[in-house]
Amino acid sequence: MEAFRKITSKTVVLPVDNVDTDQIIPARFLTITTKLGLGESLFADWRNDPEFVLNRPEAEGASILVAGENFGCGSSREHAPWALLDFGFRAVVSSSIADIFKNNAVKNGLVPVEVDAKAHRFLLENPGASVTVDLEACKLVLPDGGAAEFLLDGFARHCLMNGIDQLDFLLQQEEAIARFESTST
Amino acid sequence: MNEPKARTLFEKLWTRHVVQPATEDHPAVIYIDLHLIHEVTSPQAFDELRRKNIPLRRPDRTIATMDHSIPTLFDGDEPLYSDDKTRAQVDTLRTNCDEYGVRLYAMGETGQGIVHVIGPELGLTQPGRTIVCGDSHTSTHGAFGAWAFGIGTTEVGHVMATQSLLQRQPKTFEVRLDGRLATGVTAKDLILAVIREVGVDGGRGHVIEYTGSCIASLSMDERMTICNMSIEAGARAGLIAPDETTFTYLEGREFAPTGDGWAAAVADWRTLPTDAGARYDKSVTLDASRVKPMVTYGTNPGMSVSIDEAIPDPASRGEQAQAAASSQALEYMRMQPGESLVGKSVDVVFIGSCTNARLEDLRAAASLMKGRKVAPGVRVLVVPGSQEIKRRAVDEGLDRVFREAGAEWRDPGCSMCIAMNGDGVAAGELAVSTSNRNFEGRQGKGARTVLASPLTAAAAAIGGTIADPRELLD
Ligand code: SF4
Repeated sequence: MEAFRKITSKTVVLPVDNVDTDQIIPARFLTITTKLGLGESLFADWRNDPEFVLNRPEAEGASILVAGENFGCGSSREHAPWALLDFGFRAVVSSSIADIFKNNAVKNGLVPVEVDAKAHRFLLENPGASVTVDLEACKLVLPDGGAAEFLLDGFARHCLMNGIDQLDFLLQQEEAIARFESTST
Repeated sequence: MNEPKARTLFEKLWTRHVVQPATEDHPAVIYIDLHLIHEVTSPQAFDELRRKNIPLRRPDRTIATMDHSIPTLFDGDEPLYSDDKTRAQVDTLRTNCDEYGVRLYAMGETGQGIVHVIGPELGLTQPGRTIVCGDSHTSTHGAFGAWAFGIGTTEVGHVMATQSLLQRQPKTFEVRLDGRLATGVTAKDLILAVIREVGVDGGRGHVIEYTGSCIASLSMDERMTICNMSIEAGARAGLIAPDETTFTYLEGREFAPTGDGWAAAVADWRTLPTDAGARYDKSVTLDASRVKPMVTYGTNPGMSVSIDEAIPDPASRGEQAQAAASSQALEYMRMQPGESLVGKSVDVVFIGSCTNARLEDLRAAASLMKGRKVAPGVRVLVVPGSQEIKRRAVDEGLDRVFREAGAEWRDPGCSMCIAMNGDGVAAGELAVSTSNRNFEGRQGKGARTVLASPLTAAAAAIGGTIADPRELLD
C-alpha cells in the first residue's frame, strides 16, 4: 500500500446522494479473481453517458472525488475502492461515507474524508476546486486557505501515513489470540 | 456489592470476544468464531495468504459455499455457466478450498446454497457467536443473537490469517416493533417500513437490535428477513435476542450442540438478552400493526411506499443533492411523482435471494399462485435459497405449484438478486423482486427493480401488474 501524507488536487464532483457500490462497480465486473484493471469499469453504467463527469476533460488528472452523502453504501465489495484507486483517485470526500466502504478504503490507501455540511456544500458547488487532503493534520484545506477538519481512526491513519499493512499488527497478536482460544470454548 | 451494570445484547457479545481491548493507538482485537466464504470475495484473500506464505489459521472455523456466480440451470448434471469467467471463479474456490483444507459445500451438494441461508440451516449460526463473511448481508445471522457482519476482501484475509479482526466498538440502536402484523403483511414489508423510517444511512455506525412484541411473535425465517436488510439501513449489524423460537429452530441441526452440550449451550444463550434497564445509544419505535404491503419506487431501499400510497415528489426532499438523487431515481425508474404503483405492467418476477428464499417465503408465494396462472408475457423465476429448501419444497409439492402456474423453478443460488450468473432483467424491464437492493442496474444493466414481499411478488406474477396481494387472499 502506498503511503499517504498529503495530496493537492482539483476535485471531481458527483453531486448525488447514496452512491452505492453497485454504481461504483457493477456486479458483472466482479467475476474476476484478481484486483487488476477495475478502473476501466469504474461507474461503468454512468460512463456510457459522454456528459458524465468522469468523461469530461476537467476530470483528467484529478485524484480527489467529492460525492453526495452516504457514499459507498450497499455491498461490501472491496472492488469499489480497488476500482477508484485504479482509476487514479486517492481520496473520497463526502459529508458521510458508509461503514464497510470506509473500512475497505483505508486498507487500500484510499482516504475517506468526512467533512461538515458547510464545507461539503462548498465543494459540491465548486467542481474542480483545488484542495489539499492533509492526513497529518486531518484537515481538508480549501482554496481560500480555510480548512475543514475530518476524523479518521488513529490506527487507520497511522497505517495510511506509513503504508503499513494492518495484517502485520494482527499477526503480532498471535500470543493473545492463542491464549483467547485456549480459554474460551 | 455494586449491582452489575445492565448491558445490552450487543455489549455482551462484544465483551465475550475481546482478545485485546482497544487503546488510543489501536482498535480492539475481536475473535471471530465462524468465517463463511464464497467464490466472489475470497480469491484475492487466498492469493494474499499465498503471497505472504501464511497458513489459514482455523480451517475448522471456515466454511465455504458457492452461490453468487453459479448458474441456476443445468443440462443434466452439467452446470450451464454464463461464461468462462464465472466458471473460472467457481473453479478457483474449489482449488483454494482443497489447498487450504476448507469444507466446501459445492454446487449441487447437500448443504449448498446462499451463504446466509445455509449457515442457519446447518446449525452453524448460533447465539453468542461472532460471524463474518465477505458479504454485507451477513447481518442475516444476527436473527439468532449472533454478532454477524459483512467485511471486505482484505479483512477476509485477516480472518483467514488470524481468526481475528480489528474493530472499534459500534453504538447501539434499538428498533422497537410492537403489535402484530396484519394479514397479507410480511416481515419484508415490516423491514421496508423500518428502512423508510430510519433512512438508508440511519443505522450508520450502529448495531441495530430489533425488540418488541412483534419481533417476539416472528418465526426464525421472518426474523432473518428483518436482520438481513439491516445493512439497507446502513447499520453495521442487526440483532434479535435468542428465545424459545431460536432454540427450537436450532435443536437437532447438523452443527448444533448435542446431549449435555445442548443444555449447557441453551443455559448460556439465555443469559444473552439485553438486561432490564440497559441503555441503547438511540431508539425508535414503530407500530407494526399499521404496516401495509410495501413496494419501492426508486433506486434505494428507503424509497418505498405502502401499496396504496402515491409516489412522493422529490422536490419535497429538502437538500439539493437529495432532491437530485430522488429525481434521478424517478427518471431511471420511469415513474412520476403523485402516481400509484398499482396497475404498473410487470415484465419479470423474481422470488429468491437471502432475504426471501426460505421455505416460508416459498410457501407464501405458492399459496397465492396455487391453481392460478402467471399472466401472459411475465417471466417468473423461483429460486430456492439452498439445496435443503429445494428438497423440502419439492417434498411439499411447491415446485409443482410454481411450474403449473407457469413459473420457472431453478436450482439454488443468488441468481437475479445480483445478476452475476446470467440470470438477469433486461434493460428497461420492470421486475418485482423479493431481493434486497433496487439499485440502478442491480438486476442487470438498465433493469428497473421494485422490491416487495413474496406475496406481493406472487400477486404481480398472476396479475401481470403491481397489485395489492391482500385482494387475492381467501
Ligand atoms: S442473495 Fe443477493 S444479497 Fe444475498 S448474498 Fe446473494 S447476492 Fe448477496
